[in-house]
Amino acid sequence: MNKVENNKAWFLVLPVFILVAFSAVIPLMTVVNYSVQDIFDQNNAYFVGVEWYREVLLDHRLQESLMRQFIYSFTVLAIEIPLGIAIALMMPTRGWMASLSLIVVAIPLLIPGNVVGTIWQIFGRADIGLFGWGLNSMGIDYNYAGNPVDAWITVVLMDVWHWTPLVALLCYSGLRAIPDAFYQAAAIDRASKWAVFRFIQLPRLKSVLVIGTLLRFMDSFMIYSEPFVLTGGGPGNSTTFLSQTLTKMAIGQFDLGPAAAFSLIYFLIVLLVSWLFFTTISEMDKDK
Amino acid sequence: MNNSKKKIAGLLLYVLFILVPIYWLLNMSFKHRDEVLSGLSLWPKNFTFDNYITIFTDPSWYMGYVNSLIYVFMNMAITLTVALPAAYAFSRYKFVGDKHLFFWLLTNRMAPPAVFLLPFFQLYSSVGLFDTHLAVALSHCLFSVPLAVWILEGFMSGVPREIDETAYIDGYSFHRFFIRIFLPMIRSGIGVTAFFSFLFSWVELLLARTLTSVDAKPIAAVMTRTISAEGVDWGLLAAAGVVTILPGLLVIWLVRNHVAKGFALGRV
Repeated sequence: MNKVENNKAWFLVLPVFILVAFSAVIPLMTVVNYSVQDIFDQNNAYFVGVEWYREVLLDHRLQESLMRQFIYSFTVLAIEIPLGIAIALMMPTRGWMASLSLIVVAIPLLIPGNVVGTIWQIFGRADIGLFGWGLNSMGIDYNYAGNPVDAWITVVLMDVWHWTPLVALLCYSGLRAIPDAFYQAAAIDRASKWAVFRFIQLPRLKSVLVIGTLLRFMDSFMIYSEPFVLTGGGPGNSTTFLSQTLTKMAIGQFDLGPAAAFSLIYFLIVLLVSWLFFTTISEMDKDK
Repeated sequence: MNNSKKKIAGLLLYVLFILVPIYWLLNMSFKHRDEVLSGLSLWPKNFTFDNYITIFTDPSWYMGYVNSLIYVFMNMAITLTVALPAAYAFSRYKFVGDKHLFFWLLTNRMAPPAVFLLPFFQLYSSVGLFDTHLAVALSHCLFSVPLAVWILEGFMSGVPREIDETAYIDGYSFHRFFIRIFLPMIRSGIGVTAFFSFLFSWVELLLARTLTSVDAKPIAAVMTRTISAEGVDWGLLAAAGVVTILPGLLVIWLVRNHVAKGFALGRV
């Protein structure tokens, strides 16, 4: 669509600009400000340069939590994306079954993270939970509160439960947008199921998959409430992810400088990975 | 035929995976404290509404829901008010810095809430907004406004601009055109946007919990704080969880037709 050049449009954007400036730019500047100063009280602040950044980058606790965060994000992506595509392919296309399955699949998305944590707590505990009790009665020793491996499995399973529907719904709408003529042409060519998927459905799903992967990466990288409620970050620190480490630092210990430096590094990592991902995808587009 | 049976079986398995944990939550919520701890049963033996009665009669519980609903609706109102004109500008006009501004808005969607925790805490404390609903509503705007502009822009670009021009020729002022003609045309887009800003604000815990202490404490915080108090009353916690799920279910039921459309546009 041809757009008209008109700088008065700024007046329409102004409210958003002011609001976001108030709630994003000022806070971000505050963070930058803290990250380069050592603050004792309101009148005693010293410029320390990159001191806090160095301290944060060398901190083992943070390095470990960053590693955990990457492993976690890539694990959930590796499970949720293929599973989401598979579910979208299985969902009925028309009739009451279609709307019913849409609503059922959307349910987990509507549940607040802390309630998801509570649900899996109640479901997973060995004494009162169907899941935990079931596993234990089958002779599998399972205790998410005591065993780091079990805690990890539960946290990942919880995320799969919570967020696969997003990928599935995105793919479902992507599949619906493929014209019937494509399938008819494939039928004439006697294309196999796999060929239809590989050469018709998958390429058409690309844009929704890009959005889905980006959203899932960003959100899983910022995860807080679910593991916080389920395991509290434990046992030990085995399920403490970045947001929780940062929250502990900023609000718990009130280490302004390091917390601020860490915040900026955190934000930059998310931006960087998203940008890398995005440019890789667009480069791949150009090559074709 | 065989193939479609396999599909249905797979889907059923997945639906079970989604529903069983929720069924277990429901099951727990109808049990007394003692029954929860006394052993497993697939159905409550002494069916009781006591947990729900406690939630709806004890102010420390139900005020949590009231507080959450207040800031969620405030956030929705603010978001729509500022995002509608902005999305119109992005979909209709070219102006200095439009692309940069749009991208900058979207980067806010990528910011981890934890990053903004500390500055928000200090910013809102210093202007006297700490522990008010407005503080939470404003802080949630940081994430809901970019999303709203993005979704609305998609819907608005679907409306041909000839309609705008015809209206102006017919003598409509911008305000009258926008409110009387344009908004009704994109009402499903507004529905989807309202749905997502409701959803985001309703499920957000970290900022809501940090920016409030007593007067505007959200239900999520009420729930996490009861966990540490005198053992855990799992039945009560489960009932609170069930009540927290309900508004979401209601909202998706209301917008079920529009949401499919919103997803279809590839804007979530």
